[in-house]
Amino acid sequence: MAEVETKRKKSFYKENVPLLMQGNEACALGALAAGCRFFAGYPITPSTEIAEILSRLLPRVGGKFIQMEDEIASIAAIIGASIAGAKAMTSTSGPGYSLMQENLGYAYMAEVPCVIVNVMRGGPSTGLPTKVAQGDVMQSKWGTHGDYFPIVIVPSSVKECFDYTVKAFSLSEEYRIPVTVLSDEVLGHMREIVKLPSQEELNIVTVPKPYEPPEWYKHFEITPDFRSPMASFGEGYRFHLTGLTHDEYGFPTASKTEIVRKLEKLRLKTMRHLDELTDVRVEMMDDAHIMIFAYGSTARAARQAIRMARKRRFKVGLIQPRIIWPFPDQIVREYLERVDLVIVPELNQGQIIREVKRLRYRHVKIIGLNRFDGELITPQQILDKLKEERH
Amino acid sequence: MADTEKVEVKKKWKKRSDPVVIYKKWCKACFICVEMCPQKVFDTDRDGYPVVTRGLDCTQCSICWLHCPEFAITSSEK
Amino acid sequence: MVEQVSNVTHKYLRPKKTFPNVWCPGCGIGIAMGALIRAIDSLNFNKDDVSVVSGIGCTARIPVYLDFNTLHTTHGRAIAFATGVKLANPKLHVIVISGDGDLLAIGGNHFIHAARRNIDITCILVNNYIYGMTGGQYSPTTPFAKNASTAPYGMIEQSFDPSDLAKSSGATYVARGTVYHASQLSRLISQAISHNGFSFVEVISNCHTQYGRLNREGSAVKMIQWQKEYAVPASAAARMTREELEGKFVTGKLHEVFRPEYVSEYQKIIDKFNEEEEENRQLQES
Ligand code: SF4
Ligand code: SF4
Ligand code: SF4
Repeated sequence: MAEVETKRKKSFYKENVPLLMQGNEACALGALAAGCRFFAGYPITPSTEIAEILSRLLPRVGGKFIQMEDEIASIAAIIGASIAGAKAMTSTSGPGYSLMQENLGYAYMAEVPCVIVNVMRGGPSTGLPTKVAQGDVMQSKWGTHGDYFPIVIVPSSVKECFDYTVKAFSLSEEYRIPVTVLSDEVLGHMREIVKLPSQEELNIVTVPKPYEPPEWYKHFEITPDFRSPMASFGEGYRFHLTGLTHDEYGFPTASKTEIVRKLEKLRLKTMRHLDELTDVRVEMMDDAHIMIFAYGSTARAARQAIRMARKRRFKVGLIQPRIIWPFPDQIVREYLERVDLVIVPELNQGQIIREVKRLRYRHVKIIGLNRFDGELITPQQILDKLKEERH
Repeated sequence: MADTEKVEVKKKWKKRSDPVVIYKKWCKACFICVEMCPQKVFDTDRDGYPVVTRGLDCTQCSICWLHCPEFAITSSEK
Repeated sequence: MVEQVSNVTHKYLRPKKTFPNVWCPGCGIGIAMGALIRAIDSLNFNKDDVSVVSGIGCTARIPVYLDFNTLHTTHGRAIAFATGVKLANPKLHVIVISGDGDLLAIGGNHFIHAARRNIDITCILVNNYIYGMTGGQYSPTTPFAKNASTAPYGMIEQSFDPSDLAKSSGATYVARGTVYHASQLSRLISQAISHNGFSFVEVISNCHTQYGRLNREGSAVKMIQWQKEYAVPASAAARMTREELEGKFVTGKLHEVFRPEYVSEYQKIIDKFNEEEEENRQLQES
């Protein structure tokens, strides 16, 4: 696969010209641009377009597409492909994401890079297949059992769908961790005009290969920065991978120190690099007394709302995290000290607001604006909420 | 003369050496080899492990080492 | 001590692992593992080109001892992982080794679909009729009326015939062996690995610790010898009637056909685009 990648670096889209495309399409193109050469998936509304596009484009660049028998198999296949050396991705939505959780845990434990795009829809269960929601935010953090520290990205526009899928691949390779991209139904099906960067402009990271001879190689080596190089199957390293708690070689272990070392590594490899894993868009916060904390497609309404509010002399700004897990504690805490009101609009009954409340500073009032009827929060709603609080 | 004696001794030693070797550290004393050997080459030693007692009867049929689940038996002739 | 490492199996064991292995004394899984190693050895593969994938259970502990590219996955999902490995790196010989609960209960869906897809994976099922590791619960192959710790009054469900299931799902090579017939078993496994397409080998094994204890089948040796009495070679079975075959099982190669294999079919699509592009480039150059 590697040789194919280097040989043909052609583009799959017209670079730097305005294109009209869907969020899902942008996700698929972003994946290809990032070097994704394996996709396994199962049809589910509203993410199916990603699979359809990739089934058409992947063989053209020497990549592989497979439609598996269910989502459990889909994520298993991409983990397998990633271990065999391909950059791999799957896309799904609510119910499928739930099915994937066990193997997602495997990928965290076995430190396998891969990307999962979850185009969120209304839940729980089958819920609202064609309507938008943001109900999977906490699931993406706590979905599988055990103690782990995921990286989750929430784009808010078609352009961001592209950019942050590329970024998801880079982060997953850099940290050897599965990365979830939480898109949503509106974002996935919304069409916007975007200009996509050329391949050269993209910052693509690939997990480093080990340089030591196979006898010395430890697949889970604990390095000073907790990111270890990774060999693939068939390259002469012949390592063992397991979901059991393992030592640095990958062999199951029952030794207390080894267990602690392993689990600490899982934490430290993301938590030690919080500065790199903070990606927050801050808008008009310099003089703000009111902060709106919004993410995903809700952030679009919030952006509009702060413009409307500023016209009415409200000092209001926006904090929009693009990487939502690990939570950008530091930035949020910083701004919480300066404001006295925080509004957290979400398309659920209050999930990320808990994280903001966790960082509450003295008198700051933190209120949620929740909508879960399958429609977007409108700028007017945010404005109304703001007025209501200020009168 | 000494030479021929040496050869003789060597031959004798070779004959006496076991046709199959059991690596006791890996053996779990399941007795598959003891019961499945068609020539009844093995007996049980004091610790309950199989031991080669009738090595001369061995025909190198390979049954014992094909069936040892622990890979504890190796043939010394092949 | 030179002799100690002269056994062919030892070349393929991981020096970093401690032996003896985790299985109960006399467990047939060790014999099956030996047969697998000999099969791979007889094919003269480079160790780097072999990948062994397993799920969860007693059998699934095999890969950790083997000096190949090994993958110990989640319960039942071995075949799905293996599909990814094979498709991403087609030059690997991918072997899935799994127990009856792992492959046929929780992983049944992946099993039939991989067989239908006819992807070039070799799947070895070590069938000991029970869940061994968790303590003797009934599995999809536990025979009718036998006991298990979750079937204390006897099994009232019907069981799968794994080989029939594989054949009807589209596997292109199906064979059944026993741990008693160990050399035949490694022959069957090596045939299966060389077969291009989804190949399936069912290995009748013994779990005397759980199945044997609950059904009073006796020691490991007794259970292994039982296999000799009840195994009927495929050639002899052809001449026997249904009644005569009742309660016995047929061993040997049961089924082999040739159908287009998934990975090579996919490669054809890729090659087609490669050629097109090559032509386009030549056109542009000229
Ligand atoms: S078959 Fe192997 S493990 Fe069992 S008693 Fe003989 S040498 Fe020991
Ligand atoms: S090779 Fe055959 S005859 Fe010799 S000890 Fe083993 S089983 Fe017995
Ligand atoms: S429980 Fe049964 S299958 Fe598992 S190792 Fe023991 S004998 Fe073998």
